[in-house]
Parts: sequence; C-alpha cells; structure tokens
Amino acid sequence: MYDTGKIIPGLLVFVGLVTFPIWYGFVSADGHLPNPEKPTKAKQCVESTEFMRTSHMVLLNDWRDNIVREGGSRHGKTADGTEFVRSLHKGCMDCHTSKRKFCDECHTYAAVKPYCWDCHIQPKEAN
Amino acid sequence: MKVLQALGIVLALMLLAYVGAAVPGGRTLFGVVLPYLGFAVFIIFFIAKVMDWARSPVPFRIPTTAGQANSLPWIKQNKLDCPSTTSGVIGRMLLEVFLFRSLFKNTRAEIHEGPKLAYGSSKFLWLFGLLFHYSFLTIVLRHLRLFTDPVPGFVHILEFADGFMQVGAPVLYQTDIVFLGALTFLLLRRLLLPNIRYISLPADYFPLLLILGIGITGVLMRYVVRVDVISIKMLANGLVTGKPFVADTISGIFFIHMFLITVLLTYFPFSKLMHMGGVFLSPTRNLANNSRMVRHVNPWNDPSIKPHSYAGYEDEFREFMVDAGLPVEKEPEPKPAEEEAPAEGETKSES
Ligand code: HEC
Ligand code: HEC
Ligand code: HEC
Ligand code: HEM
Repeated sequence: MYDTGKIIPGLLVFVGLVTFPIWYGFVSADGHLPNPEKPTKAKQCVESTEFMRTSHMVLLNDWRDNIVREGGSRHGKTADGTEFVRSLHKGCMDCHTSKRKFCDECHTYAAVKPYCWDCHIQPKEAN
Repeated sequence: MKVLQALGIVLALMLLAYVGAAVPGGRTLFGVVLPYLGFAVFIIFFIAKVMDWARSPVPFRIPTTAGQANSLPWIKQNKLDCPSTTSGVIGRMLLEVFLFRSLFKNTRAEIHEGPKLAYGSSKFLWLFGLLFHYSFLTIVLRHLRLFTDPVPGFVHILEFADGFMQVGAPVLYQTDIVFLGALTFLLLRRLLLPNIRYISLPADYFPLLLILGIGITGVLMRYVVRVDVISIKMLANGLVTGKPFVADTISGIFFIHMFLITVLLTYFPFSKLMHMGGVFLSPTRNLANNSRMVRHVNPWNDPSIKPHSYAGYEDEFREFMVDAGLPVEKEPEPKPAEEEAPAEGETKSES
C-alpha cells in the first residue's frame, strides 16, 4: 500500500497555511497607507522626526519614569526653542491634537493598541 | 570545534547581509529578491521532499512495544500507545505533534560506581523543546501583523496576551524571553553534556545558532536599536501583495534579520528541520497496529509471481528431496522396477 492519498491533502493544507498572507492580501486588500496629520502649531517635534518615528514609545516611557518615579521636570524645550509640557495628554496631544488622525493612523496599520488610554484622557475629536 | 564552524558561518552571513545592504542595489537584493527566492525554494523543495516520501511504499505495520496490543477480550488494550483503529492513531498523532509525547518518554542513562547502569526520567529536553516550539509559533503568528492589512483578529489577541505583563514601552513580549531562554538551553545542552557534544555535528549547531541569530536581531530591533516598523510593514506587506517597496528609512539590522530568515527558509528543506513535515509521516506513530485484522499487501510484490504452497513445492522437488535424503510428506510412488530403485531404498534406511 501507499499513503499518497493521505499525504497530498495534508501537503495542500500546509501550502495553504504558509501562503496565508498572500491569499489573505487578495481577499482583503485595504491599500490605505498611514498618513499621520502634521501639527499646525509647531514646526518641530520634541526630538528629531526620525527618532520620533522609531522611538516615540521609548521616549514616553522615559518621561513617565522620570516624572512619576524620579520627580523630573514637567517642562522641556524643542531644538528650535518651542516650550512644551512633558506629558502625554498636555504635551504630545497639545501639538498632535487628534489621536484618531495622528497616533491611530500608524497604530491601526501596525496593529498596536497602546493601553495608555485606559487611564490617560484622549483629546476630544473634531467629529 | 564543530560549534565554531557553525558560529563562523552564521556570523559571516550576518556580516554579508549588513555590508550587502549598504552597497547600491543591495537593499533590493536582500529585502526583495533573495526573500522571494528563499520562499520559492522553501515551498518547492518542501513539496518535493514530502512527495518523495509519499512515493515510498508502506508494506506493513510497525507495532511498537510501548503498550499492550489489541488481543483477547479480557486483556486490556492500551488504545493510545498501540492503537488498532484510525481514531486511536489520530489521538496518538495529536499528542505527538502538539505535546511531543515520545520526547516525554525520554530517559537518561548514567553509570554509577560498580559499574552499574541506571536509567532515569529526563524531562528537560521535552520541556524546553516544547517551550521553544510554541514560542516560535507564537512569534511567527504575531509577525503576521507585518504581512496582513487589515490585521486579522487573532493576531490582536496574541499580541494582547503576549504583552499581558505591560512591562515598558514597547511592551515586553513574554514569548521573546521564553524563546531566547529555550534556545540557549538547547544550545548549552549540546555544548555542556559530553555525550551529546560527542554526537553533535555542525548541522546540529547551525540551525540553533541561525534561529538564535534571528531571535537576537529581532529582540534588538524591538527593544534596543528600534527600527521604523511602518516602513518595514510597507515592505513586508508589499512582498506578499506583489508590490514590494524598500524605503530609505529601514536600517541595516533589519536586513540581517531578513537575510538570516531567507537562509533559514532556503536551508530548511535540505536539513533536519524537515522533521516539521516528517513528524506526520513517522511510521511508528501513524500506523494502526491492525495486522491481525487487515491484510497488508506488500506493494512491490510482482503480481505474476503466484503463491507457492508447500504441497506444490514438494510436488515440484520431491524426487530431488528424496535423493538428498530429506524427509517428504508424501512418499513418491514406487517406480516400476529399475536399477536405481534399491539404491533409493538404501538411503532411506540409512537416515
Ligand atoms: C511642540 C509640538 C509637538 C509636541 C509637544 C510633540 N510633537 Fe510630535 N511632531 C511635531 C511636529 C511639528 C512633527 C512633524 C515634524 C516633521 O514633519 O518633520 C511631529 C512628528 C511626530 C512624529 C513623526 C510623524 C511622522 O509622520 O513620521 C511622531 C511619531 C510624533 N511626532 C510623536 C509625538 C509624541 C509621542 C509626542 C509626545 C511625547 C509628541 N510627538 C510631541 C510636534 C510636536
Ligand atoms: C493605570 C493607569 C495608567 C496607565 C495604563 C498609564 N498611565 Fe501614564 N500616568 C498615570 C498616572 C496616574 C500618572 C501621573 C499623572 C501626573 O502626575 O500628572 C501618569 C503619568 C504619565 C506621564 C507623565 C505625566 C503626564 O501628564 O503625562 C507620562 C508621560 C505617562 N504617564 C505615559 C504613559 C504611557 C506612555 C502609557 C502607556 C504605555 C501610560 N502612561 C499608561 C496612569 C496611567
Ligand atoms: C509614524 C507612525 C506612528 C505615529 C504617528 C505614532 N505611533 Fe506610536 N507606534 C508606532 C509603531 C509602529 C509602534 C509599534 C512599534 C513596535 O512594535 O516596535 C508604536 C508603538 C507605540 C507605543 C507602544 C505600544 C505597545 O504596546 O508596545 C506607544 C505607547 C505609542 N506608540 C504611543 C503613541 C502616541 C501617544 C502617538 C500619538 C501622539 C503615537 N504613538 C503616534 C507608530 C506610530
Ligand atoms: C523565522 C521567522 C522569524 C522569527 C523567529 C523572528 C523572530 C523575531 C523576534 C523574536 C522578534 C522580537 C519581537 C517580537 O517577538 O515580535 C522579531 C522582531 C521583528 N521581526 Fe522577526 N522573526 C521572523 C521573521 C521575520 C520576517 C519574515 C520579517 C520581515 C518582514 C521580520 C521582521 C521583524 C521586525 C520588523 C521586527 C521588529 C518588530 C518590532 O519592533 O516590534 N521577522 N522577530
């Protein structure tokens, strides 16, 4: 006896599973790329844009530890001298006024759901 | 030492990717062309290997002595270790594939003073093997967030459960710790136990070090050097939808991660890693012990060769057997009187 009749269906299942992203891409093509809204209020972020793109969560974590645990300053200055509050709600969201049009643009795309908003207030969305 | 050979290769591959991605055109090569090739090699040669196995005949069942076979009604059968039905085999295979049951039965041999040989239970390989495989699976499934858009719901659930401890930002995934820990254990096992080191080949160290390299570069990207995940998702999602695009903001370490994965995919079908497909074809696990209920015909039997019973055999060779003094069941008919007849009688009386 040969068991080819059982092996081939198994192999088909395997190929179906490893190519999942490919055929999933065909059935669910969304095509929307993240386009975070630029703030109107300032020209520069609290750090360089490249740093913010990759490491803003590290920065937020440092701020949190620094302020809550080490009693650090709640105020800072950008490279071009604009003053800002080192705070999630009163800082980031002061310039980036919409969570939905800024943070969520990237986060939905990259499937990250920061739990910060469990406690921190979200800015009121325009609509 | 063999481990240094494997380590040397992995480090050379990492260097190659890092330098390669820095020269013009290298980013497309290491980010798009090679990954496509690697995936194609993986799929095609994986299928080829399994089809090669599928062409092998299955002439008989291999009953294992791990449990009581189906026998008389008053002897209790061990339905999982020696199943005689398909459902029993499915049960045995599920436990094998999902819980590595035969590895659980792993024993350790020790020589004590005397010299006395002693066997003991040894569960560490099973435990860390299981931890390694499940964290690997979780990580690969979580990586689907880079390939799919919109991201399917189960990936969100995995991410949430994996970051449950809410340590730091980006949140720490428990599987990353378990993954690197288990890999380190598996590597140290080969390096520190003299008997295991003796039988370890570069082909044993290489996959471990390669996967360790993938894990370390991944962990570095998430927790230490930080990369632009959005651009990487555009590339990864582009790869599966046929529109890859390598943004300038992707840093060098990503190409190391990606190239090691490409090497892993390419190496996979030709290596011991094929146990991924092979475990389903383990003859001692996937064949029901039903030899006493079902006739298993050897598929390479030549149908033109007919069965030859003993009676037929004796009919064919009786005279020669008698000549050689071999006992026969049916005495030859006494031949009409001839010179040789007494000689025959002589041999008979001698024996
Ligand atoms: C003073 C106003 C201001 C504050 C406060 C501020 N940002 Fe920004 N941020 C900006 C501006 C302006 C840009 C756009 C810079 C550019 O286009 O080069 C930006 C860019 C960014 C980007 C990159 C977006 C992209 O399209 O690549 C991220 C991410 C970001 N900010 C996150 C944050 C976070 C998180 C905080 C709080 C820790 C914060 N910002 C606080 C003004 C601010
Ligand atoms: C359990 C509720 C809770 C969660 C969840 C939480 N925070 Fe906070 N956070 C607080 C509290 C309370 C303070 C103190 C507020 C103060 O002193 O002004 C604070 C302060 C901070 C501060 C400094 C002060 C300020 O006004 O922002 C930062 C930055 C911060 N949190 C960032 C984060 C980030 C980033 C996350 C998500 C990764 C997060 N927090 C999640 C409760 C929370
Ligand atoms: C340019 C796109 C982009 C923008 C804009 C952006 N983020 Fe993020 N953010 C990311 C990505 C990508 C990750 C995931 C990084 C990873 O997985 O390594 C992330 C992760 C985080 C995390 C860590 C989440 C976790 O659970 O690991 C926090 C906190 C966070 N972002 C806060 C913010 C806040 C607050 C804003 C808005 C002010 C913001 N981000 C805007 C791309 C962005
Ligand atoms: C064999 C398959 C792979 C393994 C074992 C692996 C392993 C890892 C690990 C352990 C991490 C740490 C963070 C985490 O657990 O999510 C990581 C991160 C990462 N991997 Fe992989 N990886 C694999 C395939 C890939 C592929 C194919 C890509 C490419 C597109 C990729 C891109 C990334 C990126 C961009 C990160 C950083 C994610 C972040 O910052 O959150 N990986 N990888």
